[in-house]
Amino acid sequence: MSTDMAIETNALVKVFGANRAVDGVDLRVPAGSVYGLLGPNGAGKTTTVKMLATLLRPDGGEALVFGSDVLAEADTVRGRVSLTGQYASVDEDLTGTENLLLLARLLGHGKRAARVRAEQLLDAFGLTEAAERQVKNYSGGMRRRIDIAASILNTPDLLFLDEPTTGLDPRSRNQVWDIVRAVVAEGTTVLLTTQYLDEADQLASRVAVIDHGRVIAEGTKGELKASVGAGAVHVRLRDAARRPDAERVLTAALNAGVQLDPDPVALTARVDGHSTELGAADQAARALAELAREGITVDTFALGQPSLDEVFLALTDRTPDTEKEATA
Amino acid sequence: MSTAVTREAEDLTRNAPRTESLAALLVAGERPARPSALSASMTFGWRAMLKIKHVPEQLFDVTAFPIMMVLMYTYLFGGALAGSVDAYIQFLLPGILVMSVVMITMYTGVAINTDIDKGVFDRFRTLPIWRPAPMVGYLLGDVVRYVIASAVLLTVGMVIGYRPGGGPLGVLLGVALLLVFSFAFSWIWTMFGLLLRTEKSVMGVSMMVIFPLTFLSNVFVEPKTMPGWLQAFVNNSPVTHLATAVRELMAGNWPMADIGWTLGWAAVFVMGFGAATMRLYNRR
Repeated sequence: MSTDMAIETNALVKVFGANRAVDGVDLRVPAGSVYGLLGPNGAGKTTTVKMLATLLRPDGGEALVFGSDVLAEADTVRGRVSLTGQYASVDEDLTGTENLLLLARLLGHGKRAARVRAEQLLDAFGLTEAAERQVKNYSGGMRRRIDIAASILNTPDLLFLDEPTTGLDPRSRNQVWDIVRAVVAEGTTVLLTTQYLDEADQLASRVAVIDHGRVIAEGTKGELKASVGAGAVHVRLRDAARRPDAERVLTAALNAGVQLDPDPVALTARVDGHSTELGAADQAARALAELAREGITVDTFALGQPSLDEVFLALTDRTPDTEKEATA
Repeated sequence: MSTAVTREAEDLTRNAPRTESLAALLVAGERPARPSALSASMTFGWRAMLKIKHVPEQLFDVTAFPIMMVLMYTYLFGGALAGSVDAYIQFLLPGILVMSVVMITMYTGVAINTDIDKGVFDRFRTLPIWRPAPMVGYLLGDVVRYVIASAVLLTVGMVIGYRPGGGPLGVLLGVALLLVFSFAFSWIWTMFGLLLRTEKSVMGVSMMVIFPLTFLSNVFVEPKTMPGWLQAFVNNSPVTHLATAVRELMAGNWPMADIGWTLGWAAVFVMGFGAATMRLYNRR
C-alpha cells in the first residue's frame, strides 16, 4: 500500500437499522491536497468522516489513514487527525482562551506552552478581543474560527472539515476559505465535506460526489465539470403558454435535458460546453436565436455555472430535492 | 438581535484572521508527548471547575437542595419518630447527608448527555488520550460538588443541634467514605448518559433508580418495623450500608463490616458500570 495516500477506503459500509448510510465507499485521497466530498444532506458524507476520525465503527470494508487501520490502530490515527464540524465543537460555556488551553493541555503541552500557543492562535484567527468571552456569545463566523483554531493546535497531518461554511455570510465564508488555504499550504491534507459546488471549486483539487452512501462520480474539478456540462441556461418567457414550444426548441438546439421550473414561465437547460467546438456561451446564443425565430419572447436570460443540483441532474437524472416525489 | 448585528460588524471590520501569522504557527514543530492518564483526567476536572465558575447557578442542587432536605425531614418527622427534633437530628443527619449526595450524583449523566448534544464530546473522543479521562474528569468535578453539599449540610445540621460524637476526625472519615462511594456510584450515570438519547430520558431513568434506592434504606428509620421482605431489601442495600457506616463513623465508632460492604459495593460499581461506560464510549 502506498504511503502517499492520506486516506484509503475499500468498500466502506455503515448501517443504521435499515438505512445503509454508507454503502461501499472507495476513496483514495492523496496526501497534501484538499479533497472535496460533495453531496446533499443525508448522503453519507458525515458518516464517512466519522468513521475515518475513529468516532464510528465501520460495519464493513476497511479504512486506512496514512496506512493505519481506523479500527485496529485507532490511537495512531487519533494522533494524526483533527476534525471540526457541527459534531466536533468546542465548549460553549467556556471562553475562547479556556477552550484552547483545555485542548492544548490535553494534547500534552505544558501550562506555559499551552498559554503561549492559545494566545498565538487567537491572534492569528483575529479572536484576541473575544478571547475572554464565552463561546456561546460568539457570532457564527467567530464560532467557526475558534472551532478550526481548536483543530490545529497541533498542526494535524489530516484535517476533517465538515461543512465549514454552512450558514455563514459571504465575508465570513471567505475568511474560512483563506484559513483552509493557509493550512493546506503548510502541508496538511484536508478532507472537506460540503453541499456547495462553488466551495469545492474554490478549495478542492479532487472531488468525490456522494449520494445514498455511494460515490457516484470522482475526479479532478475539470473532469467533474466536463461530466456535468459547462453550465445551465435559465430562461424566462413572457407567455407561459409557449413553454412547451420553448422546451422543444431548447432540447433540439442544445441537445441536452431541459428542466421545467416551478415558475410556469421559466425553464432551465443544461449546456454541454465540451462535446462540440462551440463554447457554452456560443451554444446558448444559438439557442436564443432559435427561440426568437420561433417567435417565442424571452424576457430574461442567464447562463449560470453548474450548481450542485445540476451536477445531480447530470449524474443521476434527478435533482436531490425532487427525488422523494419522483420515487413515491 | 441588535447585539448580534453589532458583534458581527465589529468582528468583520476589526478582527479578520491573519493568514501570514497563521502560516508561521502551522509550521509543524515537534508534537509534545501525550499527557499521562492522571494529567488528562485532571485537565478534564479543571474543565468541570471552569463550568462551575461560568454557570454558578448549577450549584443550586448542592446548596439549596440539601438545606431543604435536612430542614424538611427534621421538622416533619422529628417529633413523631424520635420524640424531639433534637434527638432525631442525631440519627437523621448522617443519613440525609448520604441521601442528598447520592441523589445529586445523577446530574453527571445529564452533563454527559448535554456535551454529546452540543458536539464537544466527539472532539474529546478523537483526542489521542487515555480513553476514560473525560469520564474521570466529570467525576472529579462532581466530587468537588459533593464536598460543597456535605459542608453545607453539616453546617445546617450543627446549627439546628447535630453534635457528632466522633468529632472532626469522625466527620471527615464519614464524608471521605461518602465521596468514595459517590464517585463509584456515578459510573451508573455515565453509562446512562451515554446510553440514552435525551437529557429528559436521563433524568427520568435517574429518578426511577434513585428514589427507591435512597428511600428504601435506613436513612429515616430503623428497618425493624418494616415487613420482612422489605427488611431483606433494605438491610442489603448499598445505601443502608453506607448510611450506617457514615452514621457510626461520625458518632465515633468503627463500623468495620459496613465500611467493608460499602467499599465492596463501590468496587462492584466501578468494575461493572465503569466497564459498561467505556464499552459504550468506544462504541458510539
